[in-house]
Amino acid sequence: MIESIKSFMGWFFVTGDPMIYGADASIALASIGIVAVLTYFKKWKWLWEEWLTTVDHKKIGIMYIIAALLMLFRGGVDALMMRAQLTLPNLHFLDAEHYNQVFTTHGTIMIIFVAMPFIFGLMNIAVPLQIGARDVAFPFLNALSFWLFFFGAMLFNLSFVIGGSPDAGWSSYAPYAGAEMNPGVGQNYYLIGVQISGIGSLATGINFLVTILKMRAPGMTLFKMPLFTWSILITSVIVVFAFPAFTVALALMSIDRLFGAHFFTIAAGGSPMLWANLFWFWGHPEVYIVLLPVFGIFSEVIATFAHKTLFGYAVMVWSMVAISVLSFITWLHHFFTMGNTAPVNAFFSISTMLIAIPTGVKIFNWLFTLNKGRIQFTTPMLWALAFIPNFTIGGITGVMLAMAPADYQYHNSYFLVAHFHSTLIAGTVFGIFCGLHYWWPKMFGYLLDETKGKWAFWIFMISFNICFMPMYFLGLMGMTRRMYTYPAGLGWTPINVVMTIGAVGMGVGFIIMAYNIVWSAIHGKKDKTGDPWDGRTLEWATSSPAAEYNFAHIPEVSTRDAFEAMKEAERKGEADSKKPYAPIHMPSNTGIPVIMSAFMFVAGFGCVFEWYWMAIPGAIGVIACMIARSFVYDDHHFIPVEDIERTEAATGRLS
Amino acid sequence: MKNLKALIKPALLLMALAMLTGCSEKIAVLNPQGPVARSQYHLIIWSLIMMSLVLAVVLIIFVYVLARYGRKNSDGFDPNDTGNRRLEIIWMVIPVIICVLLAVPTVKTLFSLNQPPKATAAQAQTAGESLTIDVTSVQWKWLFRYPGQKIETVNYVVIPAGTPVKFRLHAYDAMNAFWVPELGGQQYTMTDMPMQLWLQADKPGNYDGRSSNYSGKGFAHMTFKVMSRSSTDFDRWVNDVKDNKPALTHEKYMELLKPNTVKAQAFSSYPAIVAKDLNKAQMEALMNGESVDTDSMHGMDMDHESGEGGSQDD
Repeated sequence: MIESIKSFMGWFFVTGDPMIYGADASIALASIGIVAVLTYFKKWKWLWEEWLTTVDHKKIGIMYIIAALLMLFRGGVDALMMRAQLTLPNLHFLDAEHYNQVFTTHGTIMIIFVAMPFIFGLMNIAVPLQIGARDVAFPFLNALSFWLFFFGAMLFNLSFVIGGSPDAGWSSYAPYAGAEMNPGVGQNYYLIGVQISGIGSLATGINFLVTILKMRAPGMTLFKMPLFTWSILITSVIVVFAFPAFTVALALMSIDRLFGAHFFTIAAGGSPMLWANLFWFWGHPEVYIVLLPVFGIFSEVIATFAHKTLFGYAVMVWSMVAISVLSFITWLHHFFTMGNTAPVNAFFSISTMLIAIPTGVKIFNWLFTLNKGRIQFTTPMLWALAFIPNFTIGGITGVMLAMAPADYQYHNSYFLVAHFHSTLIAGTVFGIFCGLHYWWPKMFGYLLDETKGKWAFWIFMISFNICFMPMYFLGLMGMTRRMYTYPAGLGWTPINVVMTIGAVGMGVGFIIMAYNIVWSAIHGKKDKTGDPWDGRTLEWATSSPAAEYNFAHIPEVSTRDAFEAMKEAERKGEADSKKPYAPIHMPSNTGIPVIMSAFMFVAGFGCVFEWYWMAIPGAIGVIACMIARSFVYDDHHFIPVEDIERTEAATGRLS
Repeated sequence: MKNLKALIKPALLLMALAMLTGCSEKIAVLNPQGPVARSQYHLIIWSLIMMSLVLAVVLIIFVYVLARYGRKNSDGFDPNDTGNRRLEIIWMVIPVIICVLLAVPTVKTLFSLNQPPKATAAQAQTAGESLTIDVTSVQWKWLFRYPGQKIETVNYVVIPAGTPVKFRLHAYDAMNAFWVPELGGQQYTMTDMPMQLWLQADKPGNYDGRSSNYSGKGFAHMTFKVMSRSSTDFDRWVNDVKDNKPALTHEKYMELLKPNTVKAQAFSSYPAIVAKDLNKAQMEALMNGESVDTDSMHGMDMDHESGEGGSQDD
């Protein structure tokens, strides 16, 4: 009996690596610490009422961003471990199996659990405010989306200490990812964890699509919307069309692994290439799911700090629409080398190159927004400006990769790795840092320190170039991605050393940013006006942080850059007289999303280990929560006028 | 203008490195040693020139606007400069032209790579006009079968210089990719779809090849050498293998199919089962006494672009 428990524990927990034991200890300590602090300060009730049950889009946005920052830390540690291992030839810092797990979790976490939730966080905070709405269209669904993402991410991360991590790469190609060659629970964690969080993403797409189409302030026609809202509208459409393909692909591979089906196996007529098609049919649009929103952020920030209206607004919108359409007809360029005929590769080469046209148009429109502007070098603006040259390098190497015969030489090499980091870091990461600094005062009512912010920016941006510029040449030298080590004498060593230095520098930049967040929480400059940057869009028209109901009066919009127009009118003394307040209709908090997602976690964990005695009750719990929700009739409340007056008076906005 | 300089530096560094590398032999892709790699190299250089132009234009405008409008109290501030139809048309048309200039050679090269390269040396007696080699990737090693010469090698392959070589690619288990950067771009190996790749070396020499698609624990060690030899040396090598190397027995072959890494080796003959190009599932079915439907292996015909290629086998 004791023996069987022992052998179970040895298999259940990941053992044998001191780093993992260290992680076990730190996870246990951190958990005990959090529980102790919450109990000591009697914060459990506060946590439940203010955060876990909230349906407020601003709080959900903040939770998304906290989770994404934590995941960014973990993904970054993964990256540093890989760089440490590759610094010199033939190192034994990580063995092959451990390295394979680390690059798999790095990729999966950075895309699914950092880039997307960070963007979802920023759009939760900014979009309802930008369109003058009081919440999203489906507040309950919004909370559910967050908690599904959160528990999906937790499930995926659990693989580190329980059962073992996936090791088939974030693209998880069949047949290697199938049960034939990849037994164990690691790959199940990938499939189920990403699936649970993906359901949340799909729901977010639907939610914001409806929110933007139905809940804009009176007078805000589509072509008067801020560019960030436009980018989220288009992104939501991409999410709605792309994610189902991934949901299906993950489900099919789960069925393969858990129930012995043969969709992607070598045996019994399975088609490994089908996985590549389904994965990238989602995977390529996914690139634009994490890029278009930051194009929106840069458009807002560049216009704000150039103190100009965006140059070529209509072209900016249409180029995003064009990118979104093209993003669905380029997926095959991820496997030009998988035996397609010449006409097929030619089609996808050209469709991929075409994306450069709307993207190039956007670059020039940003440059011409700066032209004739009054440029102010704030921290968010620095991130936006650095984006332009750095992302252009990622863009032009993308065109080079699009040329199929040349891609035969770049494919799966470090040239490719350098390219997608140039776009995903100079695009998405610079963009989310830009948005974080820009909207921080709106989230918390104080600004992040500019000096520390600029230090973090310069160190991170320069280190990024030190890390990834040499990487292109390493690829041309023949080093391929996902190698856990390499022999000496190939001329790869100096470049690898330089890259590791750059990676450490990026880590230092991130730590300074984290320090800035802590420092500013204590000493940060308060934002009493609600408009610290002389903003142009409606989120700056309300107090910082915005009241629960966002706007005491729903603003009326007549032009683009609606808030800039309001300020202009006020300067001319044309401000309209204040109307009386009316009670505000708001959705009520609910604990069902977090409970339902927790059941989903239980069901998912059961599926990972193929413990159906656990998975089935978990699934029943999920269904029970759905039934319970459908009997909740009292899901809203009204904020009385006295409360509105009190809140508005506190921010000095009561006329 | 400290910030501007720091932004320009990486770009300058990139260009300087690009120029330096033109003469470096360490950069395999930029050091083509055969007609296939060379056609890809030309495409790469052409795209690099066009893209450097684009980058230069972006950087010049970027530096100009920041220098001109980034100063405090700069004149020329115009908040109503919100668009210019003519300019926007210009920067829509120019990228279209660049795309056309890149797309035409891309498509041309794409179709030409289906054809065997032109032979540049006298043919080896044992090889003929062109040589066909069947490549099988196994976790984590490369098997090379010479169907015309009836010999087999592991983790190295000898080819006659100046003669087009048709590699027919298969995977026994995981998907891998066959890549010899100095001779030409890669192709995947797959279990359910035979692929083909024409390569040719200009002159005798040794070239590094490796798998470029991750396939598990031993992936980083999944390398092989391509040894290009003169026709006479090639003939001598083939005869030497036939005369002096051991035969590949059935047991030894089954041993090779296990997931592990092995040293380079050569065999003077191979058993009939090797030529069936069975994948792992089919092999296991066969071992269990089930009949194997090998038709499914040719579900997708990779040869139809250059069907005549098959007739060149000796």
